[in-house]
Amino acid sequence: MDVILFLIFATIAVVAAVNVVVQSHPISSAISLIGVMGSLAVLYLLLGAEFIAAAQVIVYAGAVMVLFLFVIMLLNAGTETRQSKSETAHLLGVPALLVFALLLAYFIRSQPDSGVHFGGFTGGSAQAVGRALFTTYLLPFEVTSVLILIAIVGAIVLARKEI
Amino acid sequence: MDPSTWFYAISLIKILVVFGVLMTTLAYLQWVERKVIAHIQVRPGPYFVGPHGLLQPLADVIKLITKEDLLPPYVNKPLYLAAPFIAVSMALLSISVIPFGPEIDVFGYHTYMQLTDLNIGVLFVLAASSVGVYGVALAGWSSNNKYALLGALRSSAQMISYELPLSLTIAAPLLISNTLSLRKLVETQGGNPAHAGTLWNWNLFHGWQWIGFLVFLISAFAETNRIPFDLAEAENELVAGFHTEYSSMKFASFFMAEYANMITVSAMAVLLFLGGWVAPWPAEYGSGLVPVAVFALAGLIAVYHGLHPARRRDRFSLPAAGLVFLFIAAAFLAPFTQSWLLPLFWFCAKTGAILFAFIWVRGTLPRFRYDQLMGFAWKYLFPVAIVNLLATGLGVALFG
Amino acid sequence: MPNSYTDVYFPVLVQALIAMATAAGLLAVSFLLGKRVRNRVKDMPYESGIVPTGDARHRFSVKFYLVAMLFIVFDMEAIFLYPWVVVYRELNSEMKMFPFVEMAVFVFLILAGFFYIWKKGALDWATSDVAERKR
Repeated sequence: MDVILFLIFATIAVVAAVNVVVQSHPISSAISLIGVMGSLAVLYLLLGAEFIAAAQVIVYAGAVMVLFLFVIMLLNAGTETRQSKSETAHLLGVPALLVFALLLAYFIRSQPDSGVHFGGFTGGSAQAVGRALFTTYLLPFEVTSVLILIAIVGAIVLARKEI
Repeated sequence: MDPSTWFYAISLIKILVVFGVLMTTLAYLQWVERKVIAHIQVRPGPYFVGPHGLLQPLADVIKLITKEDLLPPYVNKPLYLAAPFIAVSMALLSISVIPFGPEIDVFGYHTYMQLTDLNIGVLFVLAASSVGVYGVALAGWSSNNKYALLGALRSSAQMISYELPLSLTIAAPLLISNTLSLRKLVETQGGNPAHAGTLWNWNLFHGWQWIGFLVFLISAFAETNRIPFDLAEAENELVAGFHTEYSSMKFASFFMAEYANMITVSAMAVLLFLGGWVAPWPAEYGSGLVPVAVFALAGLIAVYHGLHPARRRDRFSLPAAGLVFLFIAAAFLAPFTQSWLLPLFWFCAKTGAILFAFIWVRGTLPRFRYDQLMGFAWKYLFPVAIVNLLATGLGVALFG
Repeated sequence: MPNSYTDVYFPVLVQALIAMATAAGLLAVSFLLGKRVRNRVKDMPYESGIVPTGDARHRFSVKFYLVAMLFIVFDMEAIFLYPWVVVYRELNSEMKMFPFVEMAVFVFLILAGFFYIWKKGALDWATSDVAERKR
C-alpha cells in the first residue's frame, strides 16, 4: 500500500515537474508547479512528517503559488515563443543530464540506510517540530522574524512607486 | 473477519453515509436559505414543487443538468474545466476530518463518529481551503471575460486577506486545548464522558475568547464569499463575477463548493469554540430531553396546522411530517440510540445555528465597498486576532 | 480503530477519490445531457450585450500583487504559531513564562513591520478623502 502510493505520487511529482518546463504558457506551468508541491506534500505525509506536509501545502501551494499566479496575471504574460533550436544545447544538455543522473544515483547508493521507513519519521509532527523550534533552535526561529521583517520592507519597496 | 478488514469495511460504510448526508444537506441548504430569506422579506419562497417546495432542489438539479452546456470558444479550455473541478473537490475533502460525535459501539466494534482523526486535522482543513482559492482565480482568468477576471481578482485577494485573521484566531482555541486534532479539541472542552461538562468548559467562554469567535465568524463569512463580503459576485457591477461565463452544472459546481465550504466552516466554528458534540449541560440535568421536546413540539405544531381547515393544501403533507417528527422524538428516548443520537443532535443543532446565522446575515446586511473590505481585514481583524492570541497565551501561562 | 499510520489516512484517500469523482461527474453529466446550439453571438464573451473590445486580460493594479506578497509573509508567521500552540503548555510547565516571551519577541518584530506598512499606506486600498485633502 505504502509503496504503491509512493510510486503513484512520485510519478505525479516527476510528470508535473517535467510539465512545468514543457508547457509553453506560464499559467499552465504554474498549475503544474502546484501539482508538484501537492504531491511532495503527500510524500512527506507518507514518511510520517504530518506537520511538514501541511505546512508545505499551506505555504507553498496556498500562498507562494498564489503570488506566482498573480504575477503572471499582472504581467499578462502570453505564450512563450519557441526560439530557434540550438544545436549546442542538445549536444551538451543530454550528456550533462545523463552524468547528473548517474552522479545522483551514486550519491543515493552511497548514503547509509537512515532507518526511516514509511510512517516512521517521528520528527515531523507538530509537537516534535514545536519542541525543536522553541528549545534547541530558538535563535534561528527568532532570526526568522527579522527575515520576515526584511521581507515586509522589501515588498513595500518593490511596490512603492504605485502606492 | 480480522480487525483490519473490519476497519476498511466500516470506514467505507461511514464514508458513503457521510457523503450521502452531505450531498442531501447541500441540496436542502439552498432550499432552507431561499425559504428563510423569503420569510425575512415576507413572501412564501419556493412553494409549488412538492409540499412547501420541498422537491424544489430536485427540480433545480434536473433543470441545471439539462441546460445548455456552453463551452465558449475564447476560453482556455483545460483551465476553464479545471476551475470548478478544483473548487468542488477541495470543498468536499474537508468533511473527512470533521468529528460528529464520540466513540461508539457498533455490534461490538468500537469506532468514532468521524471518518478519520488526523493529528493535524485543523491544518488539513486550512490547507484544503487555501488550495480552494485556485478554483476562483483560475475560473476568472481562463474565462477571458473582463467581468470574470475582475471578480476573480477581487475574490482571491479577499480570500487570502481574510485567511490570515482566520488562521490566527484558530490558533487561540488550539492553544487552550493544546492540540491540532479536532477530536481532542472537543474532548478537552468536556466531550470526554469522564468529566462531562457544562458550557463553561467551551473555548468560547475561556477568558475573552468570544472576541476570537467573532473574528473567526467574520473571517469565515469572507472566506466563503458570503454577503456582506460577496464582492466577487456583486451583480450590479460585475454581472456574476468569476463565474460569469459558466453555465449549467459547471455554474452549479461553484455554488455547491460555496455551500460545502459554509458547512465546513460552521462545523469548524462549532468544534473550535462551541464544544463540538458536547451538550450545554450534563445529561443528568435533563439536556437529553431537549431534542425530545424540540421534535415533539415541531410534530405537534405540524399536526395541528395539518388538521386546521384553513390549510387545505397541506392536509396530507403536514400531518405526515408531524408524525415523522414525533417518531424522531420517540427515537431520542430509546436507550440504545442515546449514546450516538444525542451527540449528533447537539453537533447538528450548533452547526445549524451557525448556518442559520449565515443566512440571516444575508437577509439583513448590505454589501461592503471593496476598499472597506480590504481595510477591515488588514487594519482591524488582523491586529485584533494577533493580540487575542498573545493575550490567550498570557492568560494560559498565568492562570493555566 | 486504525491499525497503522497509513490506515489513518485511508478514509482521506477514499474521500479525495470520491470528491474528485463527484466533481468530474458534475462536469460530465451536463456535458452529456445538455444540448448545444451555437451561433456567432453566443460565442462572444458576455459583456451585458455590448460587443467586447480589446483583450479581457488587462494588466491590473499592483495592489493585488502587494496583497499577495504581504499574505505570504504573514502566512509564514501564522504557520510558525501552530507548533508553538501545541507545545505551549508543556514548555510553560518546564520554564515558566519562557514560551510566551519567545513568541512575544517574534510577534513584536513582525508587528513592527506591520505598523510600518500601515504607516506607509500599503493597507489603504483607495486614497481616503483625508489623505487627499492633506495633499
